[in-house]
Amino acid sequence: MTEVSKRRFLYGMGLGLGALTVPSHLMAQEAPIKIGTSMALSGPLASGGRQSQLSLQMWAEDVNARGGLLGRKVEIVAYDDQGNPAQSPGIFSKLVDLDKVDLLIAPYGTVPAAAIMPSAKERRLLVIGHIGYQINSKAKHDMWFNNSPWSDAESWVGGYFRLGTQAGVKKVAFLAADQEFSQNILAGAKTLSKSSGFETVYEQSYPPTTVDFSAMIRAIRAAAPDMVFVASYPADSTAIIRAVNEIGVGSSVKLFGGAMVGLQYASVMQTLGSQLNGVVNYHTYAPERTMAFPGIRDFLDRFSKRASGANVETLGYYVAPFAYASAQILERAVTATKSLKHDVLADYLRKHEVSTIVGPIRWGPDGEWANPRVVMVQFRDVKDNDLEQFRQEGKQVIVEPKEFRTGEFVSFQQARKR
Amino acid sequence: MISLDLVFEAIVFGVLVGCFYGALSLGLSISFGLLDVPHIAHAAFLVLAAYMVFLLGTYGFDPLVAGLIIILPFFIFGVLVYRLYYEAFEKRGADAGVRGIAFFFGIAFIVQVFLSMTFGLDQRTATATYIGNSFAIGEMRLPWRLIVALLVAVGATLILKLYLSNTLQGRAIRAVAQDAWALRIVGINPVLTKQWAFGLATAVAAIGGTLLIIVSPVEPSLDRIYIGRTFCVVVLAGLGSVTGALVAGIILGVIESLVLTMFGASWAPAVAYGLLLLVLGIRPQGLFGR
Repeated sequence: MTEVSKRRFLYGMGLGLGALTVPSHLMAQEAPIKIGTSMALSGPLASGGRQSQLSLQMWAEDVNARGGLLGRKVEIVAYDDQGNPAQSPGIFSKLVDLDKVDLLIAPYGTVPAAAIMPSAKERRLLVIGHIGYQINSKAKHDMWFNNSPWSDAESWVGGYFRLGTQAGVKKVAFLAADQEFSQNILAGAKTLSKSSGFETVYEQSYPPTTVDFSAMIRAIRAAAPDMVFVASYPADSTAIIRAVNEIGVGSSVKLFGGAMVGLQYASVMQTLGSQLNGVVNYHTYAPERTMAFPGIRDFLDRFSKRASGANVETLGYYVAPFAYASAQILERAVTATKSLKHDVLADYLRKHEVSTIVGPIRWGPDGEWANPRVVMVQFRDVKDNDLEQFRQEGKQVIVEPKEFRTGEFVSFQQARKR
Repeated sequence: MISLDLVFEAIVFGVLVGCFYGALSLGLSISFGLLDVPHIAHAAFLVLAAYMVFLLGTYGFDPLVAGLIIILPFFIFGVLVYRLYYEAFEKRGADAGVRGIAFFFGIAFIVQVFLSMTFGLDQRTATATYIGNSFAIGEMRLPWRLIVALLVAVGATLILKLYLSNTLQGRAIRAVAQDAWALRIVGINPVLTKQWAFGLATAVAAIGGTLLIIVSPVEPSLDRIYIGRTFCVVVLAGLGSVTGALVAGIILGVIESLVLTMFGASWAPAVAYGLLLLVLGIRPQGLFGR
């Protein structure tokens, strides 16, 4: 054997022996576990969609830094569905059939998510819901598990009507956007109002193209209700609060708000500032001591830093932690069962509670939270042009439900005078 | 039973909101009404202007001052857009209109994506002492932001009317859509005239965009709400009538406000656009068209 050949032989032996000492999962780099989803990265739902994508990416980075899942890296495969229900079913077919993803998270938002349910049920796919309302009410898919802290309308706005009863409300006014989500909430709210014995003195549904709400606020003032229930979308919510501040809603009103989407967003809260004082509105998370779930503060700190560089909502209270939690749900089920089979994972989730950064979650038979936890927050002592104040306790005081309460409800007019 | 007070207030608010609609439509009444350019990116230009006002607001500029600052850059922007449209489509002949729609649709889309990527998708607003406060007359409280919109709309309409009627350049703009060849005979270049006029229309859109962010929050895809309304106002007024655009805006605003107060908000757009169809059935040239 020549000198060169000997060297080559020893070199080859060395490589071979070295390889034997390396763990098998590192030796043959296994393909990553793919988690597929479609998100509204453009269009009217894009603010929430982009937060969700960033949160999922952060989860993937966290898991990979810990060595992956089942010894494999994880990878998020996400496409833009524009919040459009015509897009999401096609994207989900592509995720399953072409991208061969291992696990699925539903699109962000009710309408695009509802569109994938018939196919998911037919193909027996496990789907983790992400901020959607009553998506599984028609499909009744037994492999659906929602990450959102509500089930029906009672769970969403029941706290608002309990506050109404507590405040001695007799007359109620309703104002709602003429869109599916708001109308569903409105229907539930009217049922609750009826069962609470309230008299409806004004009801108005407005089209999504409405620019100015002065006329509606004037009409509400003329009807002199004790309580105003509003189910609105972000741009409307800002315009409504602004109109209330300009026109005045009347001294009879003790409770104003309910289901106003947008009042949870940093940009809207910063814009409206002190005009928010006294408003009581639903929320999924508020930085109050009763909601300091393990890991959430750390997540929100990290999210805030990443979001500011990515033109994404910086507070991230409403949607972002729930996106992270949806991936944690999958992580827990996969780790516990050591399986990627959808029926095995679904069976685990049916029987077990899962700890997430938005608290422990257990599901009912319909795949919604067994113990819903929408909180009603009241804006208090909010100042103008100060986003940082919303990171402090006491600005969004939780007034319902009792187990998360951090302060007593104060009537709308009284809270505005403080 | 609706009280007379409520009806009166509805009319007053209708006039205020209508002036706002008129101001948003002024630029389109030049570009589409006078120049026959299928400018479906007009509403996107309004939103772009609103974001520029927002941007200047972050440096401490009052929205109205910011609106004045962006007039010249928007004029130049309008000149460049028209030049591109002319070279690529109008110069080439008969189907320029149809292809022009595709061109301006593309421009609108680019503007929307640019705004989304630059400013994000969250809504943006302006801050000023006249935003969020109101002026009380007895029991009635009028939002200052709408009063500002009324004053700016009336002022801009009068200035534009005087310019188009009393200056050579203004009269050339009015003539160019009717007979470009005749304009050439008297020694005026119709292409340069249209280019100037489109710049003017875009500068006026900058004023409209300023009012847009004063009156309501903006987000990148807001143009979809205003594209129908602004075309409705211009067609209802009669193509090319600048004062007509303000009056048509007021008519639309008052009808929307009355219908909303008496019959419900969901009926307001249907009745307003129904009126447009009715007017066009009786007077195809619009209320003030010739």
